[in-house]
Amino acid sequence: MGMTIAEKILADKGGRASVSPGDLLFANVDRILGTDVTCSLSIQVFNEMGATKVHDPDKLVLVNDHFVPAKDIKAAQLSKNMREFAAAQGVENYFEVGRSGICHAILPDKGFVEPGFLIVGADSHTCTHGAIGALATGIGSTDMSAAWALGELWFRVPETIRIEITGTLQPFVGPKDIIIHIIGKLGVEGALYKVLEFHGPVIDSMSMDGRFTISNMAIEAGAKSGIMAADDITLDYLRSVGIDRPQPFDSDPDAVYSDTITFDISQLKPQVAKPYLPSNAVDAESVIGTHLDQVVIGSCTNGRMEDFQMAANVLGDRSVHPHTRLLIIPSSQDIYLELINSGLASIFVKAGATITPPTCGPCIGGHMGVLAENEVGLYTTNRNFVGRNGHPDSKVYLSGPAVAAASAVAGEICLPD
Amino acid sequence: MEGRVFKYGDNVDTDVIIPARYCTGFTVAELAPHALEDLDATFVERVKPGDIIVAGRNFGCGSSRENAPIAIKGAGVACVIASSFARIFYRNSINIGLPILECEEAVAGIEDGEQVRINLDDGTIENMSRSGKWQAAPFPEGIQEIIRMGGLAEYVKRRLADDS
Repeated sequence: MGMTIAEKILADKGGRASVSPGDLLFANVDRILGTDVTCSLSIQVFNEMGATKVHDPDKLVLVNDHFVPAKDIKAAQLSKNMREFAAAQGVENYFEVGRSGICHAILPDKGFVEPGFLIVGADSHTCTHGAIGALATGIGSTDMSAAWALGELWFRVPETIRIEITGTLQPFVGPKDIIIHIIGKLGVEGALYKVLEFHGPVIDSMSMDGRFTISNMAIEAGAKSGIMAADDITLDYLRSVGIDRPQPFDSDPDAVYSDTITFDISQLKPQVAKPYLPSNAVDAESVIGTHLDQVVIGSCTNGRMEDFQMAANVLGDRSVHPHTRLLIIPSSQDIYLELINSGLASIFVKAGATITPPTCGPCIGGHMGVLAENEVGLYTTNRNFVGRNGHPDSKVYLSGPAVAAASAVAGEICLPD
Repeated sequence: MEGRVFKYGDNVDTDVIIPARYCTGFTVAELAPHALEDLDATFVERVKPGDIIVAGRNFGCGSSRENAPIAIKGAGVACVIASSFARIFYRNSINIGLPILECEEAVAGIEDGEQVRINLDDGTIENMSRSGKWQAAPFPEGIQEIIRMGGLAEYVKRRLADDS
């Protein structure tokens, strides 16, 4: 019987000829991602396990991103713990403030992700790396400790839902609108314990930036990962990050899916997800006029060059509305430099936006733009749960960069034109 | 075990279980005083050791933060019964030893404030305030083995000892 991409990777890494959904197995992981917010607990558990050396230091990638530059003394200690652990264990893939970025930009852009890899990360948006054809999934701190110690971890083989995306995109409709729409249809638990495998002509012609946006939000439907088969666009991207001979996996023609769902997005209009769930998808035009205190363009979802290019195109030479704050968060130092070299940075600064260093910051209500009581935001991030972005009585709408930029100028939700 | 029920709805996410503003800490002492703060501000002052959370679908959705089950367990909660659990929260709970049971029928038959008795050995759930007895879905065999060994940390400890 044929296998899906996820099944092939788990069989390969688990040393089996084949696997089926529901099987439990230990499998070798290729990368183990940790961040400042999750590593300290893992280090404590690692010590409690009686472990002294990580199984293979080259599998570890440790990234400062959530609360950096350190927002307070406790955050500084979290980074210090990770820094000292990396030095003690000989972990070379340690990313320090100023040479770092959001982990889900760092991992692929620094060449740590290849098709067919099994990747675990103590961050729920680790599913982002499925865009390269890896099986990448979020885990907690104790799981990370176990993976550090053993180089492997237990997995339950998930069922896979095949998503076909067809049609032609309307102006100002992009990958974020597509994934908000899909999550709206699936619901926040529509893919619970399952993998979403994305196919179709819309994916085939989509840039890597856009594919990362779509895979990134698979978790918002409850999914274990959001996978795409590697194609020529993937291989070009991989060559650009120094990976010359990847081994792509694709699903077999007779692979078994728990469901196949086709989305024709030809009629899709710009989307927003209303508070307090990413599945509260509506046409942006239905919430036009919603007052905005803050707009955030960035995050592991929409903090790449294509996102900022779109935002700058929509902004033009216009200014941010006097009662609204616009935050621009490049997702890595490399992207920060591209913002400068391309001239986009000056467009944002002249418009009255603040460009922050790469950080998760306001997306998790950590620092650099936390919302006050009753404030309302429009963010290109991935979640809008109660209290996530600041005061529990604040509200966040989610959108793509085009709607976000236009709305920053208007001071209220509006459509780009 | 037997305890009083705190009942909540669907999609109780990790941001309301323990907001990121407290996640610069990772110990029970730092997290437990803020458990469920943004969902039910009076939860921590009302909860007593041995009490039980009953909730709807997709409990623990969102972040990978293990701080979430640590906060709930640290606040004194003996078990969470839900219609379904988000997958990372599910793994984290097993790993840190927070008992969780999946049983949609029990969730429908238990109200806030009622007294519930749970047998973790056989997965039975009984409403002591009125009639009602249910059987939770058993854990898959491989996961039962990890639980029997005392959790993932204990499992790793034994493997490392066997290898050396």
